[in-house]
Amino acid sequence: MTKSEKIKVRWGFIIFFTPVFLWLFLLIVLPQIELLRMSFLGTDFHGKSGFTLENYGSFFTEPIYWLTFARTALYSILVTFIVLIIALPVAFYITKLAKIKYQGFLMVLILIPFWVNELIRIYGWIILLRESGVINYFLLKLHILKHPLEMMYHDATMILGLVYTSMLFMIVPIIGVMESLDDALIEAANDLGAGKVAVWRKIIIPYCMPGIMSGSIIVFMLVLGSFLTPKLLGGKNAMWFTEQIYNSIIIYFNWNQGAAFGFLLLFLSSLIIFIVLKLTKQELSKVIK
Amino acid sequence: MEIALSIKNVSKNFGNFTAVSNVTFDVEDGKFFSILGPSGSGKTTLLRMIAGFYKPSNGVIEIRGMDMAGVEPNKRPVNLVFQNLALFPMMNVYENIAFGLKRRGERGKEVKKKVESMLERVGLPGFGNRKVNQLSGGQKQRVAIARCLVLEPTALLLDEPLGSLDFKLREHMKVELKKLQAKVGTTFVYITHDQSEAMVMSDHVAVMHSGYFEQLDTPQNLYNKPVSAFVAQFVGDNNKFIVRLRKDEHGRFFAVTDEGHEFKLDRPYDLESSNLFEMYVRPEAIIINPKESTGGINLLDVEVKSILFDGGNSRILVIPSGSGREIIVSLPQNRKYDNLQEKDKLKIGWYPSAAVCFKGAGGKVYDEI
Ligand SMILES: Nc1ncnc2c1ncn2[C@@H]1O[C@H](COP(=O)(O)OP(=O)(O)OP(=O)(O)O)[C@@H](O)[C@H]1O
Ligand SMILES: [Mg+2]
Repeated sequence: MTKSEKIKVRWGFIIFFTPVFLWLFLLIVLPQIELLRMSFLGTDFHGKSGFTLENYGSFFTEPIYWLTFARTALYSILVTFIVLIIALPVAFYITKLAKIKYQGFLMVLILIPFWVNELIRIYGWIILLRESGVINYFLLKLHILKHPLEMMYHDATMILGLVYTSMLFMIVPIIGVMESLDDALIEAANDLGAGKVAVWRKIIIPYCMPGIMSGSIIVFMLVLGSFLTPKLLGGKNAMWFTEQIYNSIIIYFNWNQGAAFGFLLLFLSSLIIFIVLKLTKQELSKVIK
Repeated sequence: MEIALSIKNVSKNFGNFTAVSNVTFDVEDGKFFSILGPSGSGKTTLLRMIAGFYKPSNGVIEIRGMDMAGVEPNKRPVNLVFQNLALFPMMNVYENIAFGLKRRGERGKEVKKKVESMLERVGLPGFGNRKVNQLSGGQKQRVAIARCLVLEPTALLLDEPLGSLDFKLREHMKVELKKLQAKVGTTFVYITHDQSEAMVMSDHVAVMHSGYFEQLDTPQNLYNKPVSAFVAQFVGDNNKFIVRLRKDEHGRFFAVTDEGHEFKLDRPYDLESSNLFEMYVRPEAIIINPKESTGGINLLDVEVKSILFDGGNSRILVIPSGSGREIIVSLPQNRKYDNLQEKDKLKIGWYPSAAVCFKGAGGKVYDEI
């Protein structure tokens, strides 16, 4: 490469990446830095504001906060797990069993729900599930139920909603990996004495691990940070952690507390992902690929 | 000797297409049995039925006398080496070989001992920790075979395992595989479309053509006594002549070409329905400049068209005078014809016993070969 070419390349780099960099910096990094600064600020008894760890401290000292977080994290893990259990056979069916001409159609079926806005989708569900809703109406008509059943505001309903909303983000990366799985590997395992369970445990799942991991990370983060579904469908007397943040900022006008919670959410969820990656001996770089 | 594998009248239809049609054969314990056929002749289909991946439409498959109908592939005492090997990429060599043993519930030291002795046997000691993608083509081959052999199957089924290797390695692996089979004594059922692979390695070869077995015989008999025009063309090289047969008043048979050349034959043929035949003569059965005195030999005047030098397998292409047909003639190893030139005039000849005729379909060529 000659010197002038080198310079040309560098100019191209600068022209293309300046907008990207500015966008990242101004709209994402800068506000985050400001939020980070705010999360360490507090007002003392005299109304003077200054540096404090109080905002973070209250998360650990007030059980309501860390219990909410624990509940949110546990439910998110549960949802991720349920999504995974459903996504694996679905992806397997689409890539390996369905006829090629139906594969596209099946993918569209999975995509369709995402053409509808989340809020509209949830209101649709409310119409179906509420006490005077469509499902109760038919169950009563068919004399299966004597009294209408309240199906809203249960954790189970909320989990159902979260599973449904995040399914796509698990299926797509798994299909991506599973497509490259040679059918002969499955047959070879079968030939060497593996039954159905062993084929899944020893061949399909290990082979699809990068897809499973990236799908799980996306779904986990998505569920952990979701707001509408838990708020509208979830149980009345328990909160999602995002609601805590929302409440701190919007209801109590405590931006400092809200910012601290936001960073705790980011840090703790990253920690959970890190631990899971370590436990399953996966490498982040491979998963991202 | 015990029968390891017995196939009785097995057929397989895909819709209304018959891929394997009424095939019957037995393989004795410890034998190397090959199925030789062109692409699409139904070899893989037959092998997959034995392994249990396809259900036969008709017929019975028995392994050591046990009917295999309804037995899943993972419960059959045979193992298949896949055309593309299908080694597990997420496991190392050791885990690949131990896979089958672990599925049987074997654990611990026993597994380690078996895997290591197997690696030793296939000439890969100390390769256990290698990743599959760190192996050469020939090494992968041996791991795929080791992975099956460690289970001590009644029969090892191999689907063109040398197909993906380059020529030199294939030649090498041919010999290796034969040696390995002799050493372990396992029954091999080997599929190939390469006649030389089948001939070199096998005790018995079945020649398969569009779903049928054309001939099942020893390699020597396939070569020397083909029972059909297809076998004559497919196994080894052959010169084909389209001829009309004629029987003279003494009951002797002659083959007459379109150009009017007449060749003596040494055995009778049935001329009733048609006298249109294909005559086959092997390149090495043709003698260059035979002594005129050797009576009974068929003679032909030819001109050298080209010389195909290939070391010990050198041949020449010749054309009979007044004809466009090419005849391949092997050159003897004694270097007597080193000075042969193109356009040289020669006399070639063959004994009537070297020619074999089959009722012809009027010059139909098996163009898939
Ligand atoms: N699952 C299937 N459905 C329909 N037809 C099939 C199927 N499998 C094979 N066939 C057909 O059966 C015939 C035999 O196929 P097979 O794979 O047994 O050939 P083969 O002898 O192994 O060929 P090759 O040497 O190319 O591997 C082919 O014409 C093929 O198109
Ligand atoms: Mg095949």
